[in-house]
Amino acid sequence: MTANSVLQITVYVLVLLACAKPLGGYMARIYEDRPAGLNRWLAPVERLIYRLCSVNPAVEMRWTDYTVALLLFNLLGLLALFALQRLQGVLPLNPQHLPGISPDSAFNTAVSFATNTNWQGYGGEITMSYLTQMLGLTVQNFVSAATGMAALVALTRGFARRNADTIGNFWVDLTRGTLYILLPLATALALVLVSQGVVQTFSPYRTVALTQPVTYEQAKLGDDGQTLEDAAGNPVTETVAVREQTLAVGPAASQIAIKQLGTNGGGFFNVNSAHPFENPTPLSNFLEMLAILLIPAALCHTFGVLIGDTRQGWAILAAMTVVFVTLIVVIVPLEQAGNPALSALGVDQQPQASQPGGNMEGKETRFGITNSALWALATTAASNGSVNAMHDSFTPLGGMIPMWLMQLGEVIYGGVGSGLYGMIVFAIVAVFVAGLMIGRTPEYLGKKIEAYEVKMASLVILIPPFVVLVGTAVAVMVDVGKASVANAGAHGFSEILYAFSSAGNNNGSAFAGLSANTPFYNTALGLAMLFARYWLAVPTLAIAGALAAKKVVPFGPGSLPTHTPLFVVLLIGTVLIVGALAFLPVLALGPVVEHLQLFGAH
Amino acid sequence: MYQHLKPAILMLLVWTLLTGTVYPTAVTSLAYLLFPEQSEGSLLLGPDGAPSGSRLIGQPFSDPKYFWGRPSATAPYPYNAAASSGSNLGPRNPALVQAVSARIAALRATDTGNSASIPVDLVTASGSGLDPHISPAAAAYQVPRVAKQRGLPVAALQEFVERYVESRQFGILGEARVNVVELNLALDRSTSLKPVR
Repeated sequence: MTANSVLQITVYVLVLLACAKPLGGYMARIYEDRPAGLNRWLAPVERLIYRLCSVNPAVEMRWTDYTVALLLFNLLGLLALFALQRLQGVLPLNPQHLPGISPDSAFNTAVSFATNTNWQGYGGEITMSYLTQMLGLTVQNFVSAATGMAALVALTRGFARRNADTIGNFWVDLTRGTLYILLPLATALALVLVSQGVVQTFSPYRTVALTQPVTYEQAKLGDDGQTLEDAAGNPVTETVAVREQTLAVGPAASQIAIKQLGTNGGGFFNVNSAHPFENPTPLSNFLEMLAILLIPAALCHTFGVLIGDTRQGWAILAAMTVVFVTLIVVIVPLEQAGNPALSALGVDQQPQASQPGGNMEGKETRFGITNSALWALATTAASNGSVNAMHDSFTPLGGMIPMWLMQLGEVIYGGVGSGLYGMIVFAIVAVFVAGLMIGRTPEYLGKKIEAYEVKMASLVILIPPFVVLVGTAVAVMVDVGKASVANAGAHGFSEILYAFSSAGNNNGSAFAGLSANTPFYNTALGLAMLFARYWLAVPTLAIAGALAAKKVVPFGPGSLPTHTPLFVVLLIGTVLIVGALAFLPVLALGPVVEHLQLFGAH
Repeated sequence: MYQHLKPAILMLLVWTLLTGTVYPTAVTSLAYLLFPEQSEGSLLLGPDGAPSGSRLIGQPFSDPKYFWGRPSATAPYPYNAAASSGSNLGPRNPALVQAVSARIAALRATDTGNSASIPVDLVTASGSGLDPHISPAAAAYQVPRVAKQRGLPVAALQEFVERYVESRQFGILGEARVNVVELNLALDRSTSLKPVR
C-alpha cells in the first residue's frame, strides 16, 4: 500500500468512528422520545402524521402485531412500486417517454427496493421515469431503511424490558426514524453532493455538441428489421456519425443521498456511483462512502444507550471494525498489484503520485485504486450495494473479499438496523456456544438464552447460506442460468455466485457482466431477496417478543461478560467460522481457481 | 390483521407524499437556488454561449492532435452519456487482453518514436464509460504526440498541461488527475501556445 492509501483509509475509519457516538446518542433520544431538538420542533408534524393515519402512538404492540404491521406495510409498498413501474408509460414526469416495465423486471425491482436490497436488474437512465425514481424508488429507500431500524429498536426493547408483553409501536418507530433521522440527514447530504456537481433537476436530458465528432459501424437493418447480410453471409454495416452527446440528468442528488444513508444502493444511473453525475469528486466520494456505514455504525451506540450499558454497543462496534479494517488491508494491495495479464503487454501498473496504477479496468481515475477498493468493502460490509467501480473487473481475490463480506450475513456493520440485529443474533449464538463450553446456562444482557431463542437465531443464521447456495446450484444447472454469464470459466461461476450472495443477503451489488434482467434471474433473485429479508426479520422479532417477556437474571459469577475483548474475539470467531464453513468450498470453485489460473499463466 | 390495514395504507400515502414529492422538490428548489450550475450538469459554455459539453462527462477523442481520454465501454459508441456502462470484463477474459493490445497498438501507431511504457489508465476502460479524467502520467505520455501534431514545442505544451493537473482534494482524497475535455478545449482556443516556426 502507498502512504497515501494508508492515510485515506485512516481518515475514513477515524471519521466514521468519531461520528458513531454523537449520532448514536441522537438516535437513542429519538427512539426513546427524549428531547433531541428536531423532535420538539417537528412534533406537530409527527402528531399530524399519526392523526392522518389513525394511529394512536400510545398503544404498544405485541411482537406478532408488530410483525404483521411491518409485513403489511412492506407488502403494500411492494405492490405500489410494482404498479407504478408497469404504468409509468402513461403517467406524468416522464420526459424521455420511457415505456412501462416488463412484469418480471417490475417484480424484481419492487422486491429489491422494498427489501432494502436495491439490486438493479435495469439501467436507471434508460428504464425509469423521473416519477418512478421519485414516487417509487426514493420512497422505498426511506421506508425500507426505517423498517430495518424499527425492527432493531424492537429487538432492543426485548432486552431492555422485563416481564413485558409488548415491544413498541411499529408506526411510531417508522415515523420517528424517517422524520427525524433519515430525512434531515438525506437533505443535508443531497445539498452537499449538488455543490460537488451531482445533478438535481427536472429538466429533460441535454444535448451538447462534441468537440470531435466520432463515427462507428452499425449493423444495417432491412425493411423487415432483420440484419442484412452480403453475398458471403457477413452482416452489412453502415457508418454512423455522432456529432452530439446526450447527457442523462435528473433529480439524482436527492435519491443518491438516501440510497447511501439507508444502505439501499440502487443508483440513479446504470453505473451507480461510478457515474460522474452521481459521484463527481473525491469529496463526494468520501461523503457517499461515509454515508454507507454512518448509521449502521452509530446504531451500535444507540443500542448500548437503549439497553442501559454503552459498553455492550462498543464491543459490537469493535468486533465489526476489526473485521472491516483487516479486510481493507488485504484488498487494497491486491488491487494495487494490478493484472499480470496486462503486465505482460508492457503496461505500466506501478502506483505512484502521477498515476493510480494497479488494476484500473472498470475504475474511475478520480477515485483510483484506494477509493475503489475501500468503497467495495464498505458497500458489501453494509448491505448497501452501491458501487463506484465495476466489481466484475476486480482481480479474482480482490473480487472475492466483497463477495465473502456479503456471505458473512451482512453483519459487519450491515444494513441500517438489519446489520445490527443480525449481529446481535450472532452474539446470542456466541454466548450459547460459550455456555456449552463452560457448562452454564447462557445469558445475554441479563436475559436467559433458551432453546426457543437459539432455534430462532439458527434460522436467522442458516437461511441466507441456504438461499445463496441452493440458488447458485440451480442457476448453474439450468441453461437459462448459464446463458447470462459474460465471462467464461471460473469467473462466470463467480458472477452467478455473487448475484445470489448479493440477493440472498439483501446487498444489491453485482458482478454486473451477468445479464440478470431475464425472467429467470428476475424471479429467482426476487425470491431470494424476499426470503433473506422477511425470514430473518420475523424470527428476530420473535426473539424480541420472547426476551421482553422474561425476567432479568442478575449478573453473577457464572455469567460471561459480553463487553470484554474476549467476547469480541468470540463474536468475531462465530461470524467467521459460520461464514467460512458455509462458503469456502464454493469460493474455491470460483475466485480461487481463477486466481490460480491467472497467476499460474503469468 | 385488518386493524393494521388502514394505518398501513395511510402511512404509505403519507410517506409517498413526504419522501417522494416534498423531499425531492425541496432539494431541487434549494439546489437550484444555491448551486444552479452544478444542479443542471456543470455545462461548459462555448464562445457562442452554446454548451460544448459538461465538465464532468468525458468525450471521445481519437484524433492524434487531441489528448485521448480513458477507453469507454458504452454502447453503441464510446462516451454515450445517455447509457453509462463499464466493460465488466474479468481479469482473465481474452477480450480484455485483446482490447488492451489494440489500444496499445493505436497509441504506438500515432506516436512512433515514443517507447515509454503506457500508463494503465490510458488503456483500460473506466467504470462509467464517461470518465472525464486521465492520470497526469497518461497526459505526460501523450505530450510528444500532441506537440508534434500541432507543431508546438514539447516543453511549452508540457507546461500548459501541468496547469490542468488537479491535485488530490485537500491534498489527501482521491487521485491527481487531468480533465481531458477541458484540456482539449483549452488547447483549441489557446492563443498563448505558439507553433514552432
